[in-house]
Amino acid sequence: MTTITYLAIFALAVYSFIINKSRAVSLAKFSNLHSQPYYHGIYSAVFMFLPAITLLILWTSIQNILTNLTIQDYFGDINDPGLVKFYINSVIDYSSGVSTRVIEHSGFLPAVERYSSLTYTNSILKIIVAIGLSVTLLRLSMKTVTVEFKAREYVERLFVMLMKLSSIMAIVVTVGIVLSLLFETLRFFSMINIFDFLFGLQWSPQTAIRADQVASSGSFGAIPVFVGTILISLIAMLVAVPIGLYSAIYLSQYAPYKVRTFAKPIIEILAGIPTVVYGFFAVITVAPFFRDLGDKIAPGALSGESAIIAGTVMGIMIIPFITSLTDDAMNAVPSSLKEGSLAMGATVSETTKQVIIPASFHGIVASFLLAFSRAIGETMIVVMAAGFAANLTLNPFESVTTVTVQIVGLLTGDQEFDSAKTLSAFALAFVLFFLTLILNVIALNMVKKYRELYE
Amino acid sequence: MNNLSQRNQAERRFKTYGFLAVLVAITFLFVLLFNIFSTGISAFKASYIGVNINLPAQSERSDINPRKEFKRQVYEMFPQVKTRSDKRNLMSLFSKGAIYEFEELLENSNKEDINGYHWFLAHADVDMYIKGTVERQGNEAGRINPSRMQYVDVLVEQNLIKLQANQYLLHSADSREPELAGIKGAIIGSFYAILIAFIVSFPLGVLSALYMEKIALKNKFSNTIETNINNLAAVPSIVFGLLGLAIFLNFFSLPRSAPLVGGLTLAVMTLPTIVIAARSAIKSVPPSIEEASIGLGASRIQTLLNFTLPLAMPGIMTGTIIGIARALGETAPLLMIGMVAFVVDVPGTPLDPSTALPVQIFLWADSPERAFVERTSAAIMVLLIFLVLLNLLAIYLRNKLEKKW
Repeated sequence: MTTITYLAIFALAVYSFIINKSRAVSLAKFSNLHSQPYYHGIYSAVFMFLPAITLLILWTSIQNILTNLTIQDYFGDINDPGLVKFYINSVIDYSSGVSTRVIEHSGFLPAVERYSSLTYTNSILKIIVAIGLSVTLLRLSMKTVTVEFKAREYVERLFVMLMKLSSIMAIVVTVGIVLSLLFETLRFFSMINIFDFLFGLQWSPQTAIRADQVASSGSFGAIPVFVGTILISLIAMLVAVPIGLYSAIYLSQYAPYKVRTFAKPIIEILAGIPTVVYGFFAVITVAPFFRDLGDKIAPGALSGESAIIAGTVMGIMIIPFITSLTDDAMNAVPSSLKEGSLAMGATVSETTKQVIIPASFHGIVASFLLAFSRAIGETMIVVMAAGFAANLTLNPFESVTTVTVQIVGLLTGDQEFDSAKTLSAFALAFVLFFLTLILNVIALNMVKKYRELYE
Repeated sequence: MNNLSQRNQAERRFKTYGFLAVLVAITFLFVLLFNIFSTGISAFKASYIGVNINLPAQSERSDINPRKEFKRQVYEMFPQVKTRSDKRNLMSLFSKGAIYEFEELLENSNKEDINGYHWFLAHADVDMYIKGTVERQGNEAGRINPSRMQYVDVLVEQNLIKLQANQYLLHSADSREPELAGIKGAIIGSFYAILIAFIVSFPLGVLSALYMEKIALKNKFSNTIETNINNLAAVPSIVFGLLGLAIFLNFFSLPRSAPLVGGLTLAVMTLPTIVIAARSAIKSVPPSIEEASIGLGASRIQTLLNFTLPLAMPGIMTGTIIGIARALGETAPLLMIGMVAFVVDVPGTPLDPSTALPVQIFLWADSPERAFVERTSAAIMVLLIFLVLLNLLAIYLRNKLEKKW
């Protein structure tokens, strides 16, 4: 029913475009119009379409709220708000034919009846009003097709507004992220002390289902999670920094042009492979490899979830981030510096170490920071290859957990949304968001600095 | 200062390190790809068992029960099978899907004579043994115990087990039985999600890039937007998943596990990539063309829509495709909005519960069933092929359509 209304309004808009355009075309035969005929068409279509659609959407949402309030009265004797919500949803599902489940409650069937009649009269009324409004606006817009009417200016102004709104979306998204995280995080800190969270040494978020269960509180000291995240990211950096840095040096200082154009894209493919593939690779190939290696040295010392496995694979993943950015930074160093050094008799390696690297230092550090921020935010590799239990250790051969593993573990599956357990995931995400944001801001500023230096 | 030969040695050493680093990075890539492809390729074939169908004449065939009839046909091949447990062991060599295949065979051959050998899907245990994934130890192989193995041996001897194209992998949705599981549902789910992500993020991204490059004055407001976009590009993808969970699911109460929500979440994630790419494409359009348009009397907006945008479009499309390719491989945000459900149906609309291809890979990789390993690799192969195709398209657009001014 609603779909047909939307379609009808859309069809009316198209009709409005066509008729106004043709009126403008016939008008143009006798005199010079201010605006091209199709601007008249667009103007009239938008003039009719926007108010009608806004009315429909507003009406529908207000109607939903009001009908929900009305049928809520039928379940007035129930105290649990969650249950009432569930009953209301059941009423809606039953009347719209989605489900055939009948709730054992005296108010259910009357509520269904009331709901059906309410929505019926409402939708009839809604359609009449919406179509009526559209037709009125259509007739009004037909009067605007005149020689002097500045349709183009209105349409262009609208377009600029549309562009402005689109670019505000970036801010809306950021604000949305911050607010949605902040809101849930504050709710979490109303249950758990913020200092216990930031400095506690015990992480076991398993809150009990029943209040009288043993150890029902759960403990939310996030230090083991943070330490695990940093441990795995550091292992990743240990793998990626030497390989990434040396390959960038080779590509920018030594490699012939042909090798460079061939090798750089191939290394960058590593960044394009989905992380879930790395996770699978870690579980199927890297974990057995390390386990066999570990068994030769100290049998049983290495589990399949050791930090070193996830760290190594993550290191492979972030190599291209370091290589690309470092390579760019080194290429941005003016060739006069390099040539000066070479002319003084220094070898290429001496030039690299004593001239190129100091000159591109900002860019290199920025690439490390970006790679590190990528590593701490990486999810799938650690979800698949690292552990879930939070051990407070710096031993790379033991199993540790990370922030992202905890977020995924706490939020997948069926949970009630109000427990400290689920809310703690938002608090962790909040910390993660700000950490990566700070790293990114510092890195971008450094990149800007080296660009300003040499460009 | 060291003497010259020492310095030259250091130079050679340094160069070798660099070369080795490049080599190591490339080796990692090839080891990864080789591993995936060598384990995955076998999943495109599956073991089928030949059964000699011998049905009574057409006229007496009206009321046969396919389930019972199929079993009878199988038992007839092994006259020595009498006890219930023997029969059960024999039937356990077949997949649950074999009976449906038989049913289909009956339906499709209403009038014709279907007597003779037909091939029916084997159980994953048999499949793994035939492919050599599990090794034979005496009379056993993996979960095939001796009492099942005797039949397998007879069938192999009579050449009644063969590998042929896997009809399920690309044509069915997920299943608990590895041999019946496929990725069609996941591919369709991914397709819907990517489509919605594109529909939402492309216009938004292009419009805001146009605004930021051509309309906005350089002031605090435009600076804020710019910093925001740059920072959004570096936000971990899982945070976008939490945004989707909090906004789309909890606030707007959109359906859980639906590709619609997945697509919206991925759209938010892709938006910065598209804006950054579109801005650089718009920036590279030479101002002389715009000035010519203005000089001939076009308005600023007319110039933007008729000249700047079409000329920047190849660059914008390239950036968009790369962003969409990244969204296609993204898993973490989809886990947050519940697209990890076990779904046995191929989704019909973007509102039906569904998984996505990378999430299916995650689910299968997590499964304790060993037969899922090769299927996971096969699903990864399909995903990588899609990604390669998308990137090739982007490269093609860049090389063919982008003009160098």
